[in-house]
This record gives sequence, structure tokens and C-alpha cells, in this order.
Amino acid sequence: MSFGRTLKVAWEGLTLNKVRSVLTMLGVIIGVAAVIVMLAVSSGAEAEIADQINALGPNLVMVMPSFSRGGLGGGQGGPPGLSYDDIEAIAHDVTGINGVAAEQTTIQTVSGGGTTLESISIVGTTAGLPEVREYAVAEGRFLSEEDNARTNRVAVLGYSVAQELFADQSPVGQKIKIGSTQFTVIGVMKEKGVVGTTDYDGRVYIPITVLFKKYTSSRLGGDKVRLAYVSAESKDTMDSVMSQLTTLLSQRHDVDPAAPDFNLMTQDSIIDTAASTTETFRDLLAWVAAVSLLVGGIGIMNIMLVSVTERTREIGLRQALGARPRDVQLQFLLEAVTLSLAGGLVGVLLGVGGSRLFNAVGSMRTELVPASIPLAFVAAAAVGIFFGYYPATKAAQLDPIEALRRE
Amino acid sequence: MTRLSIETTELTKVYGTGEAAVHALRSVALQIQRGEFVAVMGPSGSGKSTLMNIIGCLDRPTSGSYVLDGEDVSQLSKDMLADVRNRQIGFVFQSYNLLPRMSAAKNVMLPLLYSRNGHLSDRECYERAIAVLESVGLGDRVHHRPSELSGGQQQRVAIARALANYPSIILADEPTGNLDSASGEEIMELLGQLHKQGTTIVMVTHDFKSAEHAERIIHLLDGRIVSDELNGAESVREKSR
Ligand SMILES: Nc1ncnc2c1ncn2[C@@H]1O[C@H](COP(=O)(O)OP(=O)(O)OP(=O)(O)O)[C@@H](O)[C@H]1O
Ligand SMILES: [Mg+2]
Repeated sequence: MSFGRTLKVAWEGLTLNKVRSVLTMLGVIIGVAAVIVMLAVSSGAEAEIADQINALGPNLVMVMPSFSRGGLGGGQGGPPGLSYDDIEAIAHDVTGINGVAAEQTTIQTVSGGGTTLESISIVGTTAGLPEVREYAVAEGRFLSEEDNARTNRVAVLGYSVAQELFADQSPVGQKIKIGSTQFTVIGVMKEKGVVGTTDYDGRVYIPITVLFKKYTSSRLGGDKVRLAYVSAESKDTMDSVMSQLTTLLSQRHDVDPAAPDFNLMTQDSIIDTAASTTETFRDLLAWVAAVSLLVGGIGIMNIMLVSVTERTREIGLRQALGARPRDVQLQFLLEAVTLSLAGGLVGVLLGVGGSRLFNAVGSMRTELVPASIPLAFVAAAAVGIFFGYYPATKAAQLDPIEALRRE
Repeated sequence: MTRLSIETTELTKVYGTGEAAVHALRSVALQIQRGEFVAVMGPSGSGKSTLMNIIGCLDRPTSGSYVLDGEDVSQLSKDMLADVRNRQIGFVFQSYNLLPRMSAAKNVMLPLLYSRNGHLSDRECYERAIAVLESVGLGDRVHHRPSELSGGQQQRVAIARALANYPSIILADEPTGNLDSASGEEIMELLGQLHKQGTTIVMVTHDFKSAEHAERIIHLLDGRIVSDELNGAESVREKSR
């Protein structure tokens, strides 16, 4: 029998028992949908991380203490980290940069204009923050180097903090209390919103030196910055900036540049590290999906075996009428493959729809991996062939006389 | 081409081995001419179905040779046997063996779909099925399913199916076994017509009345041919009374 006709016979065989066919497909449907959704979820997570890191600002080099050397409380000169002087030195000595921003945060109660706000993030920082973060001042001015050098008690308000404390009044020149210390407001930032997990507008910015002095304990390393951002002028100056940083900080910390007590990271290197984490996660999900496909395949094999037993007489008759063993084999193999491919198709639709839905309801960011669709089909076909082969071969090997005699 | 349709020599079929061996056929020598109508009779277990299965190329003999239309088919491969069944043989079974979910026309089309030479288009297959159904008097039942037909009608669909590929031989194992005598008689008349048109027919029956339609009656006993006589001999009629 021709392939086309055998396919038709196989199709008719499946439509005889629609409910069973659909239930059999379910395993493959779930498996394929799972593959597509899981790949979409993990690539969405990857993209999310990349976006968050890139949202920190352009062409950043991050300077962090190295915990492998010295560790907390160990090493030379107390806990690792960068001092304010280190930041100053970077700002003055390294060429090809837009600015340096260090950040250290504490949570305090803020009051002013007759209003009190609980649990506000107080960010101690340096003059470079607006350039590094592409975050501009709306009114007044930002913290200067002098403010840090002189530990001036001045504060710049995030947009919504300013709104809540002073409403329509101009906050510049007003007094506020952060904890028990009084500050003078010198500026208000433009509205920036939430980037990643950071709500820029809900923060108050003060000189980092003031933060060290007033709110953190130097014995616990409270006068050291754990993270500083250096913004290079462009991608091309990144390498030069990094080697200048290595030289400068090694010198200042009196360590071997080959084994420094700090790490330099770029956004790309962080994204790569994050990607390798999500890859592990994705591999795990892929295995889960593969197992569910396997279970789907076993379901197909099970039903095909039942079907061969049920239709033994039909097989005997077809053989008596001239069906060769290979005709019978192809018929049942095509039934299995049709089941698995149809399951694959529905699974792809469900998977694509599901991924879109996750995105739409905003519960999870997903990004469809285009290759996952042909991959799912190939996997479904392979499952059909692999698990259909045994029942089909069994059918083909039936003895026509015995098969006809079977009730 | 030889005038012989079927020729077996020393045809033997043994099921099982050793103590449990069953000799279903013992050195059966049988010659059937083209166009003959032969009835095979004999008690249960005498080997009638076994003989029909071998003649029908559904089974192979343990030893001996079987020449069908001049070709020795006793040792052909499974695929070649399937092809012989498809082209040269039409089966009619006691229990009809129609596929229940398919219309009469679709059932009749089945052997055409497995045909490997003279490939017909779907349309031609369908038209052929209709024509054959009309020739057995079921032109108005083409789209009926087996469950919507009487036993006699079902058996006529089965005969139409056996005829679809214009085989040279019709093999019928107790074709009237499941039918009442009136329907059985209709079937026998249909087979008689086919015989007149020149088809070779070999039929197993327990019913002497059915056997009367045949030209020649062969009796099997314990795997051997014990009598082989032309019909019209009074002896057959007397036995039935
Ligand atoms: N597959 C088999 N395995 C073992 N023995 C078999 C097999 N098929 C048939 N036999 C034996 O061969 C012998 C002949 O069987 P066969 O079916 O040909 O008889 P029959 O003449 O058609 O009988 P009935 O009139 O009851 O149909 C019987 O003894 C039977 O038990
Ligand atoms: Mg029998």
C-alpha cells in the first residue's frame, strides 16, 4: 500500500476511538508544552537579569572587595573594601571615565515639612552618581566632592520622598531629620521609577562620609564601601580603565596586582555568570520536560499494544486481503507517529500560548526560544517512532490464521 | 498456461512436534481445473480448514508442493504470499470478517488498496467497489455499515470484497455456516453464478444441500482425501435424505 493510503488508514484507526487518542496524546502534549514553556521561562529570566544589570548605567566597571583574600575582618588593615579616599583617588587619577559612584545604604526614619516617613533607604554616595546612573537633578544641585570632604549634612531627595514631605513647596533649603540628625535639603532628583528592584524615587541621598560617620560602625567595616561603580566613557575605554584601576588600587592597598584584594567586573561578565546559572536551571527543566515526554511515549506504546490486541482480527483480515507485514507495520507506526505529532502540535500551541499568557499577566517574564518549536516536533516524532516501533512490529509479525481465528 | 488452477502433491501439514504432533494433512494430492466448483466436506477436525489455508496461501505446508496457476507457491516469502493472496485469491469466511466501522463500499475497497500492480486511483477503487456491490445485488446498500445489514447481506458484501481484485479463485470456508437456510441458498446461488462466469470456487461445507451446488465433492477424513466424485452421482443426494 502507498504511504499516503497507509496514512489515511492510520488516521481512520485513530478517529475510531477519539477519546482514547486524545488521552494518549495528553502525555506528549504536556511534555512538549513543558519543554517550550520552560525554555521560554529560563530565557526570559536571563533577559531579565541582563536588563537589570544594563539598567545600572552604561559601560560600568564594578569594583568589589575580594572575599577570597582576607575575608571579613581579616587581611591587611581591617575588613576589605574601598575607603572614601580610594573613591576620590579613582575619580582624580583614572582617565577615560565619566564618574565614580559608591553606594552604601541604611534604613532610617525621615521627617520634614511636618511629615514623618518610616523605613526610607538612605543612600550614602559620591558626586559621580548622576553621571554613572544617568540620573539627573530636577531642582537644586547634587552632592559635591566638597560635601563629602567636609562631611556636610546635606541631602538630596528622591522624587517621591520630596513629594510626600513637602508636597507643592520647594524642598530646597528646608531642614529634614534623618534618624536624629538634621540635614539641609540641597536638591531633588528627577523622577526615575523602579529599575530592577531599586525604587530610585523613594530614596534620600547624602554624602557617603556622613553616612559612615553617623550611621555605621567603623569597627564592623562600616567605613568601607562594598561596591563602587566606575562609568567608562565608552566601551573602547573599558580595558584601559580596568588596567588603571588595577594598578591604582593595588598600589593604594599595597597588594600584588596579580593577586589583588578586590575584583573588577563588567556588566558583560556578570551577565555571563548569571547566564551560566540560568543554564544549569534550564538544563534541569529540560530533563524534567524530557522525562514527561518519555512518560508520554510510554503511554503511546501502552495504547498501541492494547490497540494491536484489540484489532488482531482486523490485522488478520488485512493480511488475508494482501497486506504485507510491512504494510501492517507502517500502519501502526503511522498511528503512533500521528498521535505523537498531533500531540506535539497541540503541545506547541499550548506552550506558545502559555508562555504568552505568563508574560501578559505579568507573573513571569518569558521569551520564546524559536528553536524550541522544531526541537519539540522532532522530539515528538522521535518519541512516536521509538515507542510505536515495538507494537507495530508485533502487529506485523502476527500469523494471519491465528489472527483471524482470534475473537 | 496450464489448465490446472490448483495442484497439490504429497501435501502434508503437521502441527507441533513429537508426542503432541497433530497430522492435520497427510499426503494430500489434489488437482482442480480452472473454472471448477468444488465442495470440500468431512467431519470436524478432518483438516478442511487447514487445506483451505494452504490453498489460500495463508499458511505453508510442512512438506509437499502446491502449484497455483502454474507457479509453485509452497515456499514463497511472506511478502510474495501476500501478493498472491491479493491478486489471485478471494476469501469468504464463515463469520464474514467485515470491518464494522466501515461502509460496505469501503470494505470492498480494502483488497484494492493493497494491490501492487495495476494501481487504481481512489476514485477508480470506489467505482470498482460500487460495481462489484451492484453485481452481488447490493447496489442500494453501498453506504451501509455491516451492523445495518442482514447476515446474508453481510456475506454478500464479503463476496463482493473477495471479487474486487478479479481473482481466479474464490475460497469459501463454510460461507453459509452462520446463515439461515434461505439466506444460505441465496449465497449458494451467487456462488453458482460466479462459477458460471468462469471463477474457480473451492468451498468447505457441512451442508449437503449447499454441496449440491458444486460440480465436484471431496471428502476428507483424518487429513486424507477419502472420496472425490463428481456431483450428480445419486449417492450424494441419498446421503442428504
Ligand atoms: N494451529 C494449530 N495448532 C495445532 N493444531 C491445529 C492447529 N490448527 C488446526 N489444528 C488441528 O488440525 C486438525 C485439523 O483442523 P482443521 O481446522 O483443519 O479442521 P476442520 O476440518 O476445518 O474442522 P471444522 O469442521 O471443525 O472446522 C485438528 O485436529 C486441529 O486440532
Ligand atoms: Mg474448519
